Amino acid sequence: MKADPKGVLTGEHYLDGDHACAEGGLAAGCRFFAGYPITPSTEVAERIAERFPMVGGIFIQMEDELASMCALIGASWAGAKSMSVTSGPGFSLMMENLGLAAMMETPCVLVNVQRGGPSTGLPTLPGQADMMQARWGSHGDYEIIAISPSSPQECFDFVIDAFNLSEQWRVPVLVMTDECVGHMTEKVVIPPAYEIEVVPRRYTTLPPSEYLPYRPDPDMVPQMIKAGDGYRIHTTGLTHDERGYPVMSAECQEQLVRRLVEKIRLHADQIIRFEEDEIEDADVVVVSYGISSRVAVRAIALARKEGIKVGHLRLIVVWPFPEKRIHELAKKIKAFVVVEINYGQMVYEVERCAHGQAEAILVPHGGGWVHDPADILEKIKEAAR
Amino acid sequence: MSNGKPSEEHHPMEALLRMDRIPHIWCSTCGLGTSVSAFALALEDLQYDLDKICIVSGIGCTGRVAGYVKLDSFHATHGRAIPFATGLKLANPQLKVVVFSGDGDLIAIGGNHFIHAARRNMDLTVICVNNFIYAMTGGQVAPTSPLGASCSTTPYGNYERPFNIPHLAESCGAVYVARWTALHLRRTAKSIAEAMRKPGFSVVEIICPCSTLYARRNRLGDGLELMKFYHENSIIKHGADPRDVDIDFQSPIVVGKFVDRDRPTFIDGYNRAMTAKLGEKFEPYGVAPAEVHDG
Repeated sequence: MKADPKGVLTGEHYLDGDHACAEGGLAAGCRFFAGYPITPSTEVAERIAERFPMVGGIFIQMEDELASMCALIGASWAGAKSMSVTSGPGFSLMMENLGLAAMMETPCVLVNVQRGGPSTGLPTLPGQADMMQARWGSHGDYEIIAISPSSPQECFDFVIDAFNLSEQWRVPVLVMTDECVGHMTEKVVIPPAYEIEVVPRRYTTLPPSEYLPYRPDPDMVPQMIKAGDGYRIHTTGLTHDERGYPVMSAECQEQLVRRLVEKIRLHADQIIRFEEDEIEDADVVVVSYGISSRVAVRAIALARKEGIKVGHLRLIVVWPFPEKRIHELAKKIKAFVVVEINYGQMVYEVERCAHGQAEAILVPHGGGWVHDPADILEKIKEAAR
Repeated sequence: MSNGKPSEEHHPMEALLRMDRIPHIWCSTCGLGTSVSAFALALEDLQYDLDKICIVSGIGCTGRVAGYVKLDSFHATHGRAIPFATGLKLANPQLKVVVFSGDGDLIAIGGNHFIHAARRNMDLTVICVNNFIYAMTGGQVAPTSPLGASCSTTPYGNYERPFNIPHLAESCGAVYVARWTALHLRRTAKSIAEAMRKPGFSVVEIICPCSTLYARRNRLGDGLELMKFYHENSIIKHGADPRDVDIDFQSPIVVGKFVDRDRPTFIDGYNRAMTAKLGEKFEPYGVAPAEVHDG
């Protein structure tokens, strides 16, 4: 279906990434936002607070991030498309209820405008060190989808994509941006509503007597209802059967957790997105995402000038990880150079998926700024040797 | 039985219970059964459309209530029933949302959410079952355990001052506050119905016997003796100042309706403020279709 024109600010704008995230949410049909102020993400909440009263949405500034994330889940079960935004310390607090959202299979979107960490770290400066937390941050086994924009335009586009993925697969979807993109101002083109594709919620057509809240469709995703429709369902963070009732057994646990994991893993090809450039003849492939991909482009251009055959693999959907593609490339190339603003996170995934057939070299950065292209170039040269 | 056929027995509250989940997990003589009965009686009295009522629980013995009640029912994370309920209510203000949870869940780990929901006057009814202890995990000290009470993590007696829940609720802004014990079935039911009729943040505390852990550790006798204690030591005092309703170890328990006042709810406040600032650009939020006259 197409977007509701009410929330779509069609036109050419000059926006920073945070504001663009807010507009992406509005265009996707988000009408519930719960959040807690935290630098460098607060501008998203501020824009939503200003815009929502005019489009029939409801904004609430909660008492903390624990409450914010939990309120998203409640709102989603009442039928709203819901969203929040945070950064490092708040992201940590949200892990508790991110797990609940995964367990209850609740569509919702969470934007993390990453800053330097650990702990309070660098509130006003960028980092990309929450990537593994995005994947593994809540306890227990579950799968998640995460997408990483590298520009304000992509903040707008990818927040819409995040909502669509979240509705299709009934998982919380994370938008992993960073302070640099969040506070970078560029042109953002917002298309007319009729050009914006919006995935509707998977509401059941079954009558209450036949409906089971956790009976999966063939694609492993169950159909949803909303509170107040007369289905009188039960849903819980406990291990549950197809009725949504708690069952404390290894068998039920196996059935549920396996489905939560496999509904994403077995459909990873439909979810994963990346971009490749100059990869055909490459001996070395730079792997990057978010803001780091824009710096990597410069380093790759410099390396090509020096005659090094280097290509670029930019991750768009970072989780699930493009395991197959890395493995294919590993068979053809000498090494991967992974550019990320941390001391090694996604590089371990590259290494794992390369199965020892190509080296994975990290260009580390502690956070607070982006890489110097010269540092990346140096590693490309090292890799090409 | 005279015709030799077994008589068909129905639970009188079948319409409201998930009979396929009965028997429940609660111990015999626990006050939770009575608390759920009081809720069922209140719903019978209110005659609301049950399809439009949601119940949210957190974690703990009381946290299991949502699993037994045949409404749209949500079993959230520990302490987070109120924010979950806030999301439900705000996303669809036509829903009546009840939070049914325990003292540890609502007042310790969820304490911050409790005070802020009261401050905002979020339109929720909170039924807080207070058994003075963390029962599900085996009897640890709670923020409500009376001074001197023995708990598994205060084996020499509790030395922390407990919260007085009605006082906490009142001072943070709740518009309706009542307290009863599990002995006061009909009075509790009446208070729950009043609380649900009241727009805004309403709190009904139910003092609940836990003979398995709290009473056994403290040698207070069996379930019947606990009920006798409530019978002999409950002092009904409507309108009592919530500051004066502290509960000491085995002290008399002041019960009754303590607070019944009017304040604009969160959504009322939002609609008033936005209408004043934005005029016609703003369409009041969450106004029921029934409230709009179709001429």
